[in-house]
Amino acid sequence: MADGTMVEAVRPTYLDRKGFLSWALTLDHKRLGIMYLVTIMVFFLFAGIMGMLVRLELLTPGKTVMGPDTYNQIFTIHGAVMIFIVIVPGISATFGNFLIPLMIGARDVIFPRLNLFSYWIYVGGALIALVSLLHPIDTGWTFYTPYSIRTGTSVIPITFGVFVMGFSSILTGLNFIVTIHKLRAPGMNWHRMPLFIWAAYSTAVIQVLATPVIAITLLLLIAERVFGIGFFDPAKGGDPILFQHFFWFYSHPVVYIMILPAFGVISEIIPVFSRKPIFGYKAIAYSSIAIALIGFLVWGHHLFVSGMAGWVAKVFSFLTFLVAIPTAIKVWNWLATMYRGSIDLKTPMLYALGFLFLFTIAGLTGLFLGTLAINVHLHDTYFVVAHFHYTMMGGTIMMLFAAMHFWFPKMIGKMYGEAVAKIAFALIFIGFNLTFIPQFIMGMEGMPRRYYDYLPQYHYQHVLSSIGALVLGVGILVMLINLIYCIFKGEKAPSNPFGSKSWEWQTTSPPPTENFEEIPQVTDWTYGYGKKN
Amino acid sequence: MAATSVEHLHSDGHFVTPQDKYSSMKLGMWLFIATEILLFGGLFAVYAIYRAKFPEMFFNGRDELSLLLGTTNTVILIVSSFSIAMGVTAIQRGKKNLLTFLIIVTLLCGALFGVNKYFEYTAKFHHGIFPSTDIFFALYFMMTSLHMLHVIVGMAILFIIMIFNMKGKYSPSNYTAPEVGALYWHLVDVIWIYLFGLLYLVA
Ligand SMILES: [Cu+2]
Repeated sequence: MADGTMVEAVRPTYLDRKGFLSWALTLDHKRLGIMYLVTIMVFFLFAGIMGMLVRLELLTPGKTVMGPDTYNQIFTIHGAVMIFIVIVPGISATFGNFLIPLMIGARDVIFPRLNLFSYWIYVGGALIALVSLLHPIDTGWTFYTPYSIRTGTSVIPITFGVFVMGFSSILTGLNFIVTIHKLRAPGMNWHRMPLFIWAAYSTAVIQVLATPVIAITLLLLIAERVFGIGFFDPAKGGDPILFQHFFWFYSHPVVYIMILPAFGVISEIIPVFSRKPIFGYKAIAYSSIAIALIGFLVWGHHLFVSGMAGWVAKVFSFLTFLVAIPTAIKVWNWLATMYRGSIDLKTPMLYALGFLFLFTIAGLTGLFLGTLAINVHLHDTYFVVAHFHYTMMGGTIMMLFAAMHFWFPKMIGKMYGEAVAKIAFALIFIGFNLTFIPQFIMGMEGMPRRYYDYLPQYHYQHVLSSIGALVLGVGILVMLINLIYCIFKGEKAPSNPFGSKSWEWQTTSPPPTENFEEIPQVTDWTYGYGKKN
Repeated sequence: MAATSVEHLHSDGHFVTPQDKYSSMKLGMWLFIATEILLFGGLFAVYAIYRAKFPEMFFNGRDELSLLLGTTNTVILIVSSFSIAMGVTAIQRGKKNLLTFLIIVTLLCGALFGVNKYFEYTAKFHHGIFPSTDIFFALYFMMTSLHMLHVIVGMAILFIIMIFNMKGKYSPSNYTAPEVGALYWHLVDVIWIYLFGLLYLVA
């Protein structure tokens, strides 16, 4: 501890330079990570408020506060912003940027200028997407044709914005892949890499391979509206289901862009707070790759009732079950890591445990939905809504919050307030379950998703769900206020407060601009806990 | 593009020997090329599906296209690919001015390609053929205009490389950017050859 403070007093940290331009034009991966995080949290709050408005409207049957058209627009904004602007880059662009060079013992990513460029493309794309708020789109975040060709709302700005952000995603992925190949410190061979790096690598592969397909799909959708081409328009001989195939060819793999980095984060947190080496390192590492690859072959499970040959549906259903295997392998390995460990329930570990609970529900309900017969019953109901909120919010966002606490001392050089953080976690965990468990139930009872009105029989569950959303919202605010307060007033952090063995903790907090005084010589993996220190 | 991004690295010798830099840039460009192929791959899939569905439409559509202009453009792009490849060889042998000359040749080919495309498009418009005419022409305009966009981007990259070359940035020990730029130009060429085959020839 003492030496940490001594060194910090002398050496300048990456946060030292002040002024807008020193941030806006920075080539430092750590600063870019922070910039992504701040930008994403702003959009997260915005889209979160939209979600709260949806829950407010559904508090009573019929009209509560807004008309049906406004309602359609609000849930579309909520979904589109959350998916494309928040969760896709949610962990990979933020913590990926901050951590990858630190964890592999490098001074930066391999193409720092490209990295800065990617950030500004992302911001540019997000701003273009926001232009559509002037007359918000009402298609749902999936932009299904032919409605998205016909609706009078502004489809073009938001789809073009997503198209532009796609470039950011591709270039970031490309940058990370080459970085991980070329910049590992001496001795850091593939099987000594932290599991976060394996996850980031698999994510980057999907980003590079899947994003071009959504890019061309959205470009075609724009051309349908601007030039009147008819690929997806039945009136012109086109096929709207083709759009669904294109859309999900990207949008299923993209859920792995969203969730794999979360797997990486939990693989870092659990060994540290269990004081045990990670169990099944190779199984966790290679299952990420397996998920990335199989994930490309399952998109058809979104189209079971859209019209598809029976045998094709069976193949897609089977492949969907297959993805559950590498995913379950991971969950068992995390559990086995905790087994007989000395578990320290600090906030990041609480989020990790919350994740295990929520993500297991998410995965198992995903199997229900992948089953053909059950899918027909549950298709487009609140069951689906609850399922993907368990994966996206219960999975990705929970681990984003975990990461924000776990690496807070490293990023900022201060400690977060433990007591308030735990209260916030409790509110978030309870609020989240209260919001979405009733949605599973009403989905099974037949409540369709995206409906403005509902039968009185669902009233009770909708009220519970809305109360849950309120608790969840309060929890998130408490968490953010706590973190922001600690940026200014937090206790000074030592360089390695949690006793992690990973390389980012072996430098000062916050790290110097060049990350390490000396590039580390790696002789072992980073999970050697429990042995003599 | 990534062409200049490696110049800076706040490093102190940790980063990379010229060989590492070379292999990193190449790996980066190959990944980017993979994304480009997938981008056009989406259009090829649309092509395959609707060709199977409307064979007659594709047959008639092909007959409306100008085989002369299409062939001319194919020859132009092959010449340009050849010239940029010779340019890379030139700088590997230290012939800086020859590289500049060959990039100019390549850029002229690109411009000529664009001029031809312009005449082709306007002729179609005069005949009342637009992207909304039918699915074949929707594909024709989407594919060729997206490709034209890539020609323009490729020309911009080569132009920047030419400026740097005139300032003397490249040598037999540092020809990463010209080589990676040329790689991109070859991709543009190869995609065109596929488009030419699918749109102008097959039916
Ligand atoms: Cu899916």
